Amino acid sequence: MPKPKLALYWAASCGGCEITVLDIEEKILEVAAFFDIVFWPCAMDFKYADVEAMQDQEIDITLFNGAIRTSENEHLAKLLRRKSKTLIAFGSCAHEGCIPGLSNFYDAKSTFEYAYRESPTVEESSRGIYPQPKTAMPEGEIEIPEFYNTVKVLDQVVDVDYTIPGCPPQSAQVIAVLEAVIDILKTGKALPPRGAILGAGDKTCCDECPRTRKEKKIKEFFRPHEIIPKEDECLLDQGILCLGPATRSGCGALCVKANVPCRGCYGAPPNVSDQGAKMISALSSVIDAATPEEARKIMEKIADPLGTLYRFSLARSTFRRVQMGNGKNEK
Amino acid sequence: METVEKTTEQSTPKTRETFQPRIVGFLCNWCAYSGADLAGVSRLQSSPNIRIIRTMCSGRVDPAMILRAFELGADGVLIAGCHFGDCHYLEGNFKTMRRIELLKMVLKRFGIDEKRLRLEWISASEAEKYARVSFEFTEQIREMGPLVLQFS
Repeated sequence: MPKPKLALYWAASCGGCEITVLDIEEKILEVAAFFDIVFWPCAMDFKYADVEAMQDQEIDITLFNGAIRTSENEHLAKLLRRKSKTLIAFGSCAHEGCIPGLSNFYDAKSTFEYAYRESPTVEESSRGIYPQPKTAMPEGEIEIPEFYNTVKVLDQVVDVDYTIPGCPPQSAQVIAVLEAVIDILKTGKALPPRGAILGAGDKTCCDECPRTRKEKKIKEFFRPHEIIPKEDECLLDQGILCLGPATRSGCGALCVKANVPCRGCYGAPPNVSDQGAKMISALSSVIDAATPEEARKIMEKIADPLGTLYRFSLARSTFRRVQMGNGKNEK
Repeated sequence: METVEKTTEQSTPKTRETFQPRIVGFLCNWCAYSGADLAGVSRLQSSPNIRIIRTMCSGRVDPAMILRAFELGADGVLIAGCHFGDCHYLEGNFKTMRRIELLKMVLKRFGIDEKRLRLEWISASEAEKYARVSFEFTEQIREMGPLVLQFS
């Protein structure tokens, strides 16, 4: 029997997801022995032409990490979708936009404006020179990928079979998923239902959190540097904005165990469409204010509410991006 | 954004192109919805631009439902519940109040005028208040023009 074919690709991502694949340590040998790795630009030398030359659905499994920022990302997403039997969104960027998705606070124009004109690190001689998708050269026209206005997540561009959440997905979860996949391919067991979230729990981060919770009544919010949190008490109880109540379980409550609030990287829990909205709901229930003025006073201490509540999920949120034009017209 | 002419009482929509705002109203079963109902049986006119959705409590309205309404084309969203102290579930409306405050902060940062979201307390006997608020809010949204969201 020929080996099943595995592809890994990174689009707009930091590379952390690639590292998490290597973080499975000696298991990577098992993976390499079981699969024929046909495409993995981060680790091995492959060309896009190699993928283009494959038959449709020739790749058994593709792990796709990264968001869709440029036309190159989109091209590869569509190409790999066509060539793969199973396409898995791997990690928070492909799942919900993650940190690259925060650039949806701006548009392509203002991003370029800052990066190529305003930034103090731009060299004077090249200040205000913007990258052009197409440039005429004596040898002919050359092109670079187009930079999109809005960062998209993978399933806004192509159909996605499964999703592994996390920034990055925890290596134990990656091992569990890969072992299950190998088992399925060996024994012909039934696949999980299409669209399933793999390598994560179906509760919230609070469910894995070892801290004790009381009835919450928040009088004041603190930023992490303003307070030394008690190690055994719920961080939200102590006024530290912890996204645990609106975040899917699966990481083993890593951050809260290190006395750091959950930032929400495992995405929305089951049956929640908008992680930030769910967190607004959760916070509103525990803020101790009886009048709008009092509530505003407490909430004003939340630094950057949009960036905090949607740190990982802005590109997947109901509005996908900050409205640029409307913001101006509507004062 | 396109400019929108303000409709006056005399204008005839058939001959003039007018903007009819789409407003979703989440009204609580015990107070605001009964108030709107009373407006109906009292033959008080209220704004036909408001599409009413009855919820058991204003506290039932998940922020995601409000965002979804805007996403699907609402130009404004009205949430109406019981006055403080009157909530059938004791403190559902306090939660609503805090939720709307926080949601308005977030909406503003999404680049959407927070005035498109309005919270009112309307008791079961305040039919006139419902009628007044419904027209006031409709006119306010008409003034602001349609909400055009850009997703890409």
